[in-house]
Amino acid sequence: MNDVLLSVQNLSLGFRGDGGFAHILDGANMTMRRGEIMGLVGESGCGKTTLASAILGVLPRTALQVRGGSINFDGTDMLVDTNAAEQESVRGRRVTFIPQDPFTSLNPVFTIGQQIEELMKWKSPRRAPGASRLPPIIALYPRARRKIDREKVMEMLNLVQLPSPDQLLKKYPHEVSGGQRQRLMIAMALLPEPDLIIADEPTTALDVTIQAQILGLLRNLATDRGVAVMLTTHDLGSAYEICDRITVMYAGQDVETAPVGEFFNRPTHPYTAKLLDSLPDGGGGMIGIPGELPSFYAPPPGCRFQTRCDRMTEACKTRPPSANAGPNHLVRCFHPLYPTTAPAEKESLA
Amino acid sequence: MTDAPILNVTDLSVRFPIRGPFGRSLGQIKALDGVSFTLADGEILGLVGESGCGKSTLGKTLMGIQAPTHGSILFEGTEIAGRTPREARALRRRLQYAYQDPGASLDPRWKIGRSLEEPLIIHTDLPRKERLGKVREILTSVGLPAGHTDLFPHEISGGQQRRVGLARILMLNPEVVILDEPTAGLDVSVQATVLRLFRDLRETFDLTYIFISHDLSVVRLMCHRVAVMYLGRIVEIGPVEDLMENPKHPYTQSLLAAIPRINGPRVTENFWLKGEPANAANLPVGCRFQGRCPHVKPICRETDPEDRAIGDSRVACHFAGEVFPPVPVAKKEQIS
Repeated sequence: MNDVLLSVQNLSLGFRGDGGFAHILDGANMTMRRGEIMGLVGESGCGKTTLASAILGVLPRTALQVRGGSINFDGTDMLVDTNAAEQESVRGRRVTFIPQDPFTSLNPVFTIGQQIEELMKWKSPRRAPGASRLPPIIALYPRARRKIDREKVMEMLNLVQLPSPDQLLKKYPHEVSGGQRQRLMIAMALLPEPDLIIADEPTTALDVTIQAQILGLLRNLATDRGVAVMLTTHDLGSAYEICDRITVMYAGQDVETAPVGEFFNRPTHPYTAKLLDSLPDGGGGMIGIPGELPSFYAPPPGCRFQTRCDRMTEACKTRPPSANAGPNHLVRCFHPLYPTTAPAEKESLA
Repeated sequence: MTDAPILNVTDLSVRFPIRGPFGRSLGQIKALDGVSFTLADGEILGLVGESGCGKSTLGKTLMGIQAPTHGSILFEGTEIAGRTPREARALRRRLQYAYQDPGASLDPRWKIGRSLEEPLIIHTDLPRKERLGKVREILTSVGLPAGHTDLFPHEISGGQQRRVGLARILMLNPEVVILDEPTAGLDVSVQATVLRLFRDLRETFDLTYIFISHDLSVVRLMCHRVAVMYLGRIVEIGPVEDLMENPKHPYTQSLLAAIPRINGPRVTENFWLKGEPANAANLPVGCRFQGRCPHVKPICRETDPEDRAIGDSRVACHFAGEVFPPVPVAKKEQIS
């Protein structure tokens, strides 16, 4: 299928630490189509950020241990070491990143203008592909390209509704508010004209009124430009706001993938159902999910939700295969809440 | 719940001076500006607002961590604003402040039992045996085994640390507990457990809570009354159902509309509130919400509105009860 932009297949990785091997991602699967907004939802510690960092290739090399699986971005394998040059041309150019905390992701000793210029120098869509012959410190920034880039920057700052952009560029990061910094981050993520933006909890540090503005902005800009957005969040409300499709993760495993309407009305995996039930306005606001996340050092075999699941049986000791619970609705459970049709064979998204 | 107020706050103001070179005063930030409210015994009062609106300053001023510029705080009829440190210490037994993550305030080198015993050593002269008994008793009441006294904070999970932090606050049998963003950054599944714990503890220990939060859905679940703050002033205060169902201040209306509602109309498509709060160091003349208000009229730019009583609520708006939020356009689109 040609409209698949990014596919993560059976990714299994972890980190070596003092306590042994921490198995963070255990057979995680995820697909993103071009131009769609996909929400990656789960509690803290479920591996959302690790998965996002794995795609971006920014996990610490020294402790990382990949146990299998693949990440494929539009034909480029993002995991093998031999492919470094090609991966570099993808990262920061065709895949960009919006961080969770706009307060620490700008350098406090440079002006905003300097930082955006630096970004455009290396990652502008008008930069000729291939590595520069000169060492990075004396690499040139041709005047003609600088001029076009500058115009594009101003245009983008207007699009993200920042007031008086020319003055903003001369300011230091501490001089602007959190909402404005997050707008700046969105602008910087869109400037390289990427195919995919990974937004890692972009609104958790912001107030609700600002959150509504930022989410609206992200959705409009992404739809206008046909950019796919992978939104990791633990806030189901903001996922409902802007996503087309939602993937739920639990303890490093994907458990359910569904279009947004199906997801909220027909949750099929027991974990998804419990998650929706513990929302404060979901009627049973005081219920929660008893128990805690399993340890990553000694996870239970098979489905990792078994320790907190009330439908658990002996079968759950092996990982359930993907089954169809509706159109585009995949679930991995032996005891789903709604009937599923036999394991989807060839028809899986990738 | 009785009607006698346990806490009566009148016209409380806190100003922070902005100093330039050589200590020259360049202006002041009005962190709190004429805040008045009462707190009934056994009540849970929610305090909501965006960051920088003065929620935490209010909490800290009540505790005596921050001295008020003027105004009075009556705690069971006694003035507690502007006390000396010695007098404040005695009062602190009865008013307690729970930080966002109470577990993080545990000393990592102290065993839990020692951390829990410390407040008793400082504030009471109970013999050691009684102190230890009390520690065990409180520890079991927050749902932890009494054997945990011999563990270090790193040996228990984050959720248990949180419970220990709460146990420490409860050691001195306080009457009022100020909870500062107790659920910020928690997952929904954990949040529900924490909220239930607060509710149970209130029953057991007869507590009165001031519940500072920016999450309106949690406030609705927990509180009896809510105060909405904007730039240092309470713009609306009233019973929770009333305020949530029928908000009267345009800011409250916007705040409620900004919460994503699952299976409701999308907020991001028709959210009317533009811009960000004004600079607290340089408030405009007149109503402080004028720059973002959709209903702004000339009078709002001239005079700061007085509190108006409507039903059980007090609202600081010239047009309280006369303005309504724009009707959201329910768009049923592309969801397949």
